[in-house]
Amino acid sequence: MSDLTKKVHFKIYRYNPDVDQAPYMKDYHIDVPADRDIMLLNALFLIKNEDDGFGYRRSCAEGVCGSDGMNINGRNGLACITPLSSLKEPIVVRPLPGFPVIRDLVVDMDQFYKQYEKIKPYLQNSNPAPAQERLQSPKARLKLDGLYECILCACCSSSCPSFWWNPEKFIGPAGLLQAYRFLADSRDDHTEERLAELQDPFSVFRCRGIMNCVDVCPKGLNPTRAIGKIRSLLLQEAL
Amino acid sequence: MSLPTYEFDAVIIGAGGAGMRAALALAQSGYKTALVSKVFPTRSHTVSAQGGITCAVGNTHEDDWRWHMYDTVKGSDYIGDQASIEYMCKTGPECVYELEHMGLPFSRLDNGKIYQRPFGGQSKNFGGEQAARTCAAADRTGHALLHTLYQQNLQAKTHVFSEWYAIDLVKASDDSGFAGVMVMSIETGELAFMSARAIIFATGGAGRIFQSTTNAHINTGDGVGMIARAGLVLQDMEMWQFHPTGIAGAGCLVTEGCRGEGGYLINKDGERFMERYAPHAKDLASRDVVARAMALEMRAGNGFAPNGIDHVKLKLDHLGADIIKSRLPGIRELSMTFAGVDPIYEPIPVVPTCHYMMGGIPTNVHGQVITKDTNNQDKIVDGLYAAGECACVSVHGANRLGGNSLLDLVVFGRASGLHVQEQLNSYLPRKNASEADLEAAMSRHQRWMTDKNGEHVSDIRAEMQKIMQSDFGVFRTGEFMEEGVEKLKTLVERMKHATIDDHSKVFNTSLVEAMEAENLLVTAMATAVSALHRTESRGAHSREDFPKRDDENWLVHSTYQQENHVMGTREVNRAPKFIEPFEPKERVY
Ligand SMILES: Cc1cc2nc3c(=O)[nH]c(=O)nc-3n(C[C@H](O)[C@H](O)[C@H](O)COP(=O)(O)OP(=O)(O)OC[C@H]3O[C@@H](n4cnc5c(N)ncnc54)[C@H](O)[C@@H]3O)c2cc1C
Ligand code: SF4
Ligand code: SF4
Ligand code: FES
Repeated sequence: MSDLTKKVHFKIYRYNPDVDQAPYMKDYHIDVPADRDIMLLNALFLIKNEDDGFGYRRSCAEGVCGSDGMNINGRNGLACITPLSSLKEPIVVRPLPGFPVIRDLVVDMDQFYKQYEKIKPYLQNSNPAPAQERLQSPKARLKLDGLYECILCACCSSSCPSFWWNPEKFIGPAGLLQAYRFLADSRDDHTEERLAELQDPFSVFRCRGIMNCVDVCPKGLNPTRAIGKIRSLLLQEAL
Repeated sequence: MSLPTYEFDAVIIGAGGAGMRAALALAQSGYKTALVSKVFPTRSHTVSAQGGITCAVGNTHEDDWRWHMYDTVKGSDYIGDQASIEYMCKTGPECVYELEHMGLPFSRLDNGKIYQRPFGGQSKNFGGEQAARTCAAADRTGHALLHTLYQQNLQAKTHVFSEWYAIDLVKASDDSGFAGVMVMSIETGELAFMSARAIIFATGGAGRIFQSTTNAHINTGDGVGMIARAGLVLQDMEMWQFHPTGIAGAGCLVTEGCRGEGGYLINKDGERFMERYAPHAKDLASRDVVARAMALEMRAGNGFAPNGIDHVKLKLDHLGADIIKSRLPGIRELSMTFAGVDPIYEPIPVVPTCHYMMGGIPTNVHGQVITKDTNNQDKIVDGLYAAGECACVSVHGANRLGGNSLLDLVVFGRASGLHVQEQLNSYLPRKNASEADLEAAMSRHQRWMTDKNGEHVSDIRAEMQKIMQSDFGVFRTGEFMEEGVEKLKTLVERMKHATIDDHSKVFNTSLVEAMEAENLLVTAMATAVSALHRTESRGAHSREDFPKRDDENWLVHSTYQQENHVMGTREVNRAPKFIEPFEPKERVY
């Protein structure tokens, strides 16, 4: 590895309620390696080495834990799998929109988790469990692909206008994706109860099909399609 | 002092696989339980586990827990505790079925049963043909497992303290053990004393002591640090697994399941070199064996980039797009993101990378923490438990087999939860802490929050990682390790005067990182001293100056105590309950 570096310009949202009156954008000109690409998370790390009052969440550094959702040049994504080379300067980084800011890039995700909890995100089966596994055909199992992989990063819900406006009533794309994950599981027999709880005009029906969620999901998941499937299940029920 | 006190019957520190399984075991008990985690539970490192969870459910061929046990004992290079290994292999199927009933979305075989794939070091019939024993949810088993356990804890209404950091154990004022743990809300900076009759450590690994690791940033050995500072014993700290296939330069793991599905390693001449090193098991030899073979290939100049980030390659393209897309989708994603390579068309550049801590906090089969009394005899610490990667119940000995960690988490997470419940029923009094005890447990925090203008902690952390990488890696020698230990000792001194600039309260990540760095350094020191002490090669610990296994002197656990860096030994358990113990043999694959 050589020591070749180049300067990159960042504008980062800063707010520490302990010391700051109001949020502000702070400029950083940081030396990053010139001979290879790094991820935005590595760059944030370099910034923190210079300015230790700067805060953000991170854990896995490989796009599977969902800690570092943030708004990067206007678009939600995970810092750890966003290559610096893909970003135009100045690189503008803000906390996920629509959530209260705790500090710098750290947001309060309580509302997001509450919506997730509301859909009862656990398998429900009223029959006693067999001595071995419950059987499930590969075909039935295939229905869970594209659903169970969600990492609860909130990139989707935080880019959804309906979620901004009704964070208490609209479940939001992430929660609804999981609602469908359990509806789609051949081992879960609480379909009716689950649907009954989603029938009100807000939980599901606030989705306007704007597809921002699909656009930003770093795992390539498609909440809009799942929401569509829940809607048709609800309509079938109604008939 | 206006320190808030929270009273619980049991406190579990850590919400990875081990901690959340323990919490579930306690959920129905009626005992007041807290689950404390420095990150939101599903951000714990278990989420990264890929390949699967190993156990003899026998879905693709006839299988037997005794065969699994044989492989695990052999894999451990004979210093795994056989009573624990037996318990894990025998209870394993039950624990995996439980996970399935909880909703874990396992991949399936055509007959609807859980899909199982071959992993390294697995055999049928005590060393016969390759077995396929690892239950998998594609290559996202850890994610599926962790989310499932979190969901179950939601249903069970477990009391979760998310983004709370455990600082240190609080001693009981009568010296009879521990009264609880000092914790901090990361969001507000508020300190609190959690008084508990039982405490379970489930704090995970510490791979961040090395420069290059598959481990998350949060794997900082906090449990190891707390136990060491409390004057208790650590065990087998020299035993670190280097996983053969970390992506060169990035460190992210590509699962052994890739080789289980038929992938293999090649050198720069395109040769499948494992055929030379392990003629029988080839690429599915035990991890220590494969990692060493790779290091030797690169040393012989057979790597792809001898002047840069040297590496060999993992070839998958012959498997075909369908297998890769259905069984290894996460690997494809990672290698495209971090190596710029689509494995459907091109091999992935890989190097052995620090992966797993086999040593840790010694426990018995119930998860009860063991230390030594003043006469050097084993002593159970009442009310203290450990499970998962931070623990050394010693099912992995000197080398862990793939898929055995996730199993370890659920088997011993459950076992410790159940045992805590039993003990709470019969005794385990609540203990008191004096002002002085509480202050002692806060002292680290207080120092970081007041000291100013010292050396920055990140420099010390970086130096430590460099030392560990160069002197305590895949191959070790006495001379370099001695130097390494001395260098680490100076870092320990420097750490005492290091400071952070940020003294504010709300979500102070610098403060958390500083306290984590202290724990990393404790872990690194324990590793270094233990590695220098064990004068033989066994499992993952391979010394160039002592290249042979030495059963006469070293068929034992090593123990380490922080004060004065005292080393000792503990006997290996070779008394399984239901079968004859396996005797040490030469390990060939
Ligand atoms: C990339 C990768 C892939 C792997 N794949 C496999 C596999 O396929 N099969 C397998 O068997 N094993 C695998 N492993 C190993 C396995 O995943 C880990 O050993 C295991 O997940 C550790 O689980 P744990 O519950 O002990 O700890 P973790 O999951 O690491 O959880 C630790 C918990 O402790 C908490 N914590 C730590 N310190 C504190 C503190 N001071 N205060 C409060 N909370 C704290 C954390 O917040 C976290 O909740 C893999 C490992 C890696 C790195
Ligand atoms: S499609 Fe629905 S859920 Fe997705 S962003 Fe639009 S309104 Fe939100
Ligand atoms: S659906 Fe995608 S964007 Fe939304 S929380 Fe899950 S992983 Fe994140
Ligand atoms: S740090 Fe885990 S998703 Fe980015």
